[in-house]
Amino acid sequence: MTRKIEIDGRIIEAREGDDLLSACLTHGIDVPYFCWHGALGSVGACRQCAVKVYSGPDDKEGRIVMSCMTPVADVERVSVADPEAVAFRAQVIEWLMINHPHDCPVCEEAGSCHLQDMTIATGHIDRRYQFTKRTHHNQDLGPLVTHEMNRCIACYRCTRFYRDYAGGRDLDAFGAHDDVYFGRAEDGALESPFAGNLAEVCPTGVFNDKGWSRDYARKWDMRATPSVCPHCSLGCNILVDQRDGHVKRVQNRYHGALNGYFLCDRGRFGPLHVVSDQRLTQPLLHGGPASEQDACAAAHAAVAEGAIGIGSPRASLEANYALQRLVGPERFFAGVSDAEAAIVRRMIDILRAGPATIASLHEVEHADAVLVLGEDLTNASLRLALALRQTARNAERELATQKGVPHWLDPAVRTAGEGRRTPIVVATPLPDELDAIAALSLRRDPHGIAAFGTSVAAVVRGETSGDAEASRVAEVLAAAQRPLIIAGCALMSATIIEAAASMIAALGDKARIVLLPPDPNSVGLALLGGAGLDSAAALLEQGAAKTAIVLENDLFERAPRVTVERVFAAAKSVVALDSMASETTARATAALPVAAFSESAGTFVNYEGRAQRYFAAVPPLPSAPASWRRLDVFGAGDWHNLDELIGDLIVERADLVGVADAAPGAAFEMADGQVTRAPRPYTARTADDRAGQFADAVIPVDADSPLTFGIKGARGTLVPPALITSYKTSGQHSANNVTRFVEEIGGPLRGGDPGVKLLKRSNTALPDVVLAPAEGAGLWLIPLHDAFTGGELSRASALLTARRPMPRLLLHPDDAALHGLKAGVAVLIDGESCAASLTLDASVPRGCVAISIGQLMGRGPLRRVRVEAAQ
Amino acid sequence: MSLSPAIRTAMAHAAAQHGGPKAAMLDALKLVQEAEGWVSDAHLAEAARVLGVTTAEIDSLATFYSQIFRSPVGDTVILLCDGLSCYLCGGDAVRDAVMSKLGIGFGETTPDGKFTLINICCVGGCDRAPVALVGPERKLVGPLTPDDLDALIGGEAIGGAR
Amino acid sequence: MSDKPLTGRARADRQPHSLAAWRGLGGYTALTSALKRHSPEAIIAMIEAAGLRGRGGAGFPTASKWRFMRTGAEKAGPGARYLCVNGDETEPGSFKDRLLLEALPHQLIEGAMIAAYAMGATEVIILVRDEYRTGIASLSRAIAEAEAAGLLGRDILGSGFDLTMRVHASAGRYIVGEETALIAALEGERPVPRHRPPYPAVSGLWGRPTTVNNVETLSAVPSIIEHGAEWYQSLSRTEEGGTKLYGISGCVAKPQLIEAPMGTTARELLDLCGGIRNGRKLFAFQPGGGATAFLESADLDVPLDFAHTKKAGSSLGTGAMIVLDDHACPVASIGRHLRFYARESCGLCTPCRDGLPWVAKLLDALEAGKGTQADIDVLHQHVALSGPSGRSYCDLNTGALTPLKSGLERFGDIFTAHLAGHCPVGRA
Ligand SMILES: Cc1cc2nc3c(=O)[nH]c(=O)nc-3n(C[C@H](O)[C@H](O)[C@H](O)COP(=O)(O)O)c2cc1C
Ligand code: SF4
Ligand code: FES
Repeated sequence: MTRKIEIDGRIIEAREGDDLLSACLTHGIDVPYFCWHGALGSVGACRQCAVKVYSGPDDKEGRIVMSCMTPVADVERVSVADPEAVAFRAQVIEWLMINHPHDCPVCEEAGSCHLQDMTIATGHIDRRYQFTKRTHHNQDLGPLVTHEMNRCIACYRCTRFYRDYAGGRDLDAFGAHDDVYFGRAEDGALESPFAGNLAEVCPTGVFNDKGWSRDYARKWDMRATPSVCPHCSLGCNILVDQRDGHVKRVQNRYHGALNGYFLCDRGRFGPLHVVSDQRLTQPLLHGGPASEQDACAAAHAAVAEGAIGIGSPRASLEANYALQRLVGPERFFAGVSDAEAAIVRRMIDILRAGPATIASLHEVEHADAVLVLGEDLTNASLRLALALRQTARNAERELATQKGVPHWLDPAVRTAGEGRRTPIVVATPLPDELDAIAALSLRRDPHGIAAFGTSVAAVVRGETSGDAEASRVAEVLAAAQRPLIIAGCALMSATIIEAAASMIAALGDKARIVLLPPDPNSVGLALLGGAGLDSAAALLEQGAAKTAIVLENDLFERAPRVTVERVFAAAKSVVALDSMASETTARATAALPVAAFSESAGTFVNYEGRAQRYFAAVPPLPSAPASWRRLDVFGAGDWHNLDELIGDLIVERADLVGVADAAPGAAFEMADGQVTRAPRPYTARTADDRAGQFADAVIPVDADSPLTFGIKGARGTLVPPALITSYKTSGQHSANNVTRFVEEIGGPLRGGDPGVKLLKRSNTALPDVVLAPAEGAGLWLIPLHDAFTGGELSRASALLTARRPMPRLLLHPDDAALHGLKAGVAVLIDGESCAASLTLDASVPRGCVAISIGQLMGRGPLRRVRVEAAQ
Repeated sequence: MSLSPAIRTAMAHAAAQHGGPKAAMLDALKLVQEAEGWVSDAHLAEAARVLGVTTAEIDSLATFYSQIFRSPVGDTVILLCDGLSCYLCGGDAVRDAVMSKLGIGFGETTPDGKFTLINICCVGGCDRAPVALVGPERKLVGPLTPDDLDALIGGEAIGGAR
Repeated sequence: MSDKPLTGRARADRQPHSLAAWRGLGGYTALTSALKRHSPEAIIAMIEAAGLRGRGGAGFPTASKWRFMRTGAEKAGPGARYLCVNGDETEPGSFKDRLLLEALPHQLIEGAMIAAYAMGATEVIILVRDEYRTGIASLSRAIAEAEAAGLLGRDILGSGFDLTMRVHASAGRYIVGEETALIAALEGERPVPRHRPPYPAVSGLWGRPTTVNNVETLSAVPSIIEHGAEWYQSLSRTEEGGTKLYGISGCVAKPQLIEAPMGTTARELLDLCGGIRNGRKLFAFQPGGGATAFLESADLDVPLDFAHTKKAGSSLGTGAMIVLDDHACPVASIGRHLRFYARESCGLCTPCRDGLPWVAKLLDALEAGKGTQADIDVLHQHVALSGPSGRSYCDLNTGALTPLKSGLERFGDIFTAHLAGHCPVGRA
């Protein structure tokens, strides 16, 4: 329900359930604020958002209220411009500046600082406070986040985000009166994998991105490019900031359906893998440096001998397609185990078959009952874990609403909700941080989890089950209006996926589903088709091809070593194209450097089947072109730019036609020209441009995007959502100004959230599959995922190295005893030595061994491994 | 020195009685302070462990309250009222006299570790202004004059340590 | 029937009564009759007829508050409901609750029980400031006695009414006395005020319906039930029922607590305290604690109840009357208050957290003869912009600036005179 309110003579149509500040901001009316935040709601601490409200037409006096604490439903007439309100707001900023150091010249935040914007907006110029400022001690909060407490204006956003929103417990407010302090009890790395968001949540420069701070460039000297996080399958939108061709940092790019305001630290700091020393910067021949010419010649010769293509779930859809074109569909393989390729294909079939709706992260937050089946969200799909923390609060919101508490009055909702929790069931092999919000945590081995899911489905269908917990959970899910099932590849168990499928079939079309593959483009790769590495090896072994072209993939990461070794043994030549140096590139016959995701444009298809375009943040070096350009040279196509490639793709693959619409093509221009990556219009050259002398004349050409590297161009609220490079509007330089770009607070971007969903509901029955029973002897392998450094790319980020856990190998003490193993011994796994010694842990299910995946071994199907003591 | 089993049990008991670990944090801090005179980092961390809260959480509370001491105090704590009624009745002179006699200012402890002097807001003893609270019983003494500080500091008014 | 329902039964030595002694003085007969003879609504009606208003400072009609709790409970659904007793008493100049806690714990317990019965509370938590160790001990002992005697717990006096009661000792912070901060404190949160609405009657302690009442308010309840609303009302000189525990301190010959009819004038109270000490003259007084506006000699005959004091431009507050004689510098005195309030700000909202310390420093400078006219302008601006209720999150800030506001209005010339570099007061 909306309601007309008059604001300084202008009539706006505001939603009754909103707070007045939100209404003003979405209608383009500037009211300064600090403590309010689109995702954190209102607390009324800063008192900056004061406006005057009048109780009726006859009220001449009016009353000053905080707009963020005032329900739209309670007001008729408002004045933001009222002199007393203006004076009060000016006084508030003067108070806030009493202790704020005038250190803007040396503060990272300057130039995109909300406090600066608000100070200027409220007109505070003269300092009247003549006494000494209080000073604080700063803490070392670890490798990711800086701490400069003197800049604090005590808006409490940090603790509200860190504790209330993200569930962290090691950051808090200390002290009282004008000596409140926000930090940890003692120095040390912030524990939460969402701590990086503090840099954006803090409206001034207390918390900042430490990597950026060390390798610093001013906001106005950087170019920002819309991109997509390459570190998991969720597809969070990011902005990549660079200067002089050097990526400086990643910031959140608002996406209403996905990441909203927040990223996980893997997504924020992981992309600095592109500036790591693990980049492949030079062509290699047999692992040794070679000239571009020699390496290319060798690669060409090898490809000419007959090649198969091994694609990659971390390469763009376009690059994979180019490879597929080059080698032909029969010779194109997914660069993952056969088992993984089959599981992801099956997931797509399930999603297409329905009847469940694929839940966006936003929809995840609105579920009213959730079952997590085997997924390690805390470590493998972090942003989803953060979303579930919000889901958990729906029950408390409901009770609060019943008591008349508006949803945006967040602290009041928390108490009025009496601690009620939306039922979330976490069925995982090992303890999980989400247990803290779970109504029920079930510890089972992978088979037990699948069996549990199957029983739940059976009970929902009306059958009986001997599993009392399954019956209980089935009852909850059946009673829910928006039940959500989350499953995926964390345990790489096909039976878990089948269990999820039977559950959504049983629940019917009210069900929501999330199926999580491992990588940013796992779905895109699977859509192209092709079996996995085991099949690739078999084909090579048959002698059907001599060469394997490996696209942007360290195969040892994605499949068991035995499988990868088969490929290397059977192929006469291996040609690797990658931006990262890896065991694969080192062992390849020829390895050619290609652009990283930050140096090229392409499309990732996330877990929802949403095709999303990322663009080059940095102009690619001629020595490392986009991988599809190298494939083009090998003869894949005849493409001059990405749009031409996509043109071919959609002609060939009608089901992927949406890819073309994921973002405007390179020809797109607005009235002001192409959309610029530069943060603000300058009449003069920036320092960046001067350094390059006449930089305007040599603006790098980017044939693959509608964005320009030049300082002139289009920006602002009319830019298509997929191309937003900054949230700046007149007088507003910080990301807080995203309020101007959304349809409603927390809702979609104006013009729709970026991306096109490719998975159309087929409404055909899901074909049955027969799963072969797992063979072999030994312990079932439970992969351990690392929150910060899960995946080869994030492990390459120097910033995250310090947050990388020790590789772990965990076994239940009784199993250890059974196998004659002791804590601390070195072990062999399937005969191969393992780089971690054994730790005994009673939380590991019997009959299983938990091993750090990626760090100690490659991914692979759910399987048994032999663990024995090394000599 | 870690906390005695009795204190740890009392903490757990408070958590069970008063609506969970969070609600028992203040009780826990007081138990520590009662036994040790103040709350050291180590004891704070131990109390947090007993209750299953983080050190940040319990310290957030400890540092808010003025009567939880996060640094060591002397054997006897003297809380001298600096409210208006005491001021009107000569509180400043008493304050100056106490400070010069002990040789310390507010928030400080005598080098011999015997006394800590802390200013405190109105303590509800305005009919006996100027007043101080001394010792573990927070015994109210007043009206004080600069001349009768010996009684205050000499010990008979205090009745025991801390 | 004593005309002092609050203190009439106190021992001269301020020692608490044992349960037996208290019963000997008619203790718990009010509870018995409440549980046996009156419906909760009837009790609320009696409290209403008695004209009892909250003694915690705001003077809110107690009966209405209890009724809110009943309607709040309807919204919130079944479950626990709390009565929190506010014994935080830290308002400068207030020392009334200390006596009631130390000397008359059973009276408070009885009053709280009747209140809990009337509003349907299931648990009573009495928060007492840490410094009142004697009061905490005496109250805890009394609760234990009452429990042992079956007065607390299940099926009290065979009425089917269940109630538990406990004491929560705070740890020093004035803001804990603000009712929503008090609730936060009991939850183990930082005692920072919470927004209203939702009112505690709907969503208070742990989100459950909660009422916060002052110690003095509840201590008045047993006598009202025992002797009737009419009797209680008749004790007052004005519309507002009963007696008030006035506390007079500062520059009087004999500072003391006096239970007197509601509406007793400052002149009478001063007389009872032996007048201004040392034969000096009255300069000004705050009638209700640190957060109330100054009154002067012309106001000596204002009946000190909520309505009349308000009409005179101040408020009854806690009834703690702080008296300044003609040698007391108002700038210095207000400065003491502001230093206190600045220190006691919870640190949540900007006007209070950052505004009050500035004001306090300016007053210190002015007192020390180092102020400027610009400083006085800043003081005026704080009073005008941040003084009115609603500008800051809770009323601490509003209260803190109240004495400054009235000081500037009434004694502006003395502020200006300080600009000469010395305090002009008491030098003549
Ligand atoms: C800053 C502040 C401090 C307060 N301190 C106390 C206090 O110490 N004791 C008290 O009873 N009320 C105090 N109050 C008033 C309480 O918020 C509340 O109104 C009162 O306890 C209600 O009880 P009553 O209705 O019986 O008066 C304070 C209010 C504020 C704004
Ligand atoms: S006015 Fe604001 S800062 Fe001051 S005590 Fe109230 S909430 Fe805290
Ligand atoms: S934004 Fe409204 S009070 Fe802070």
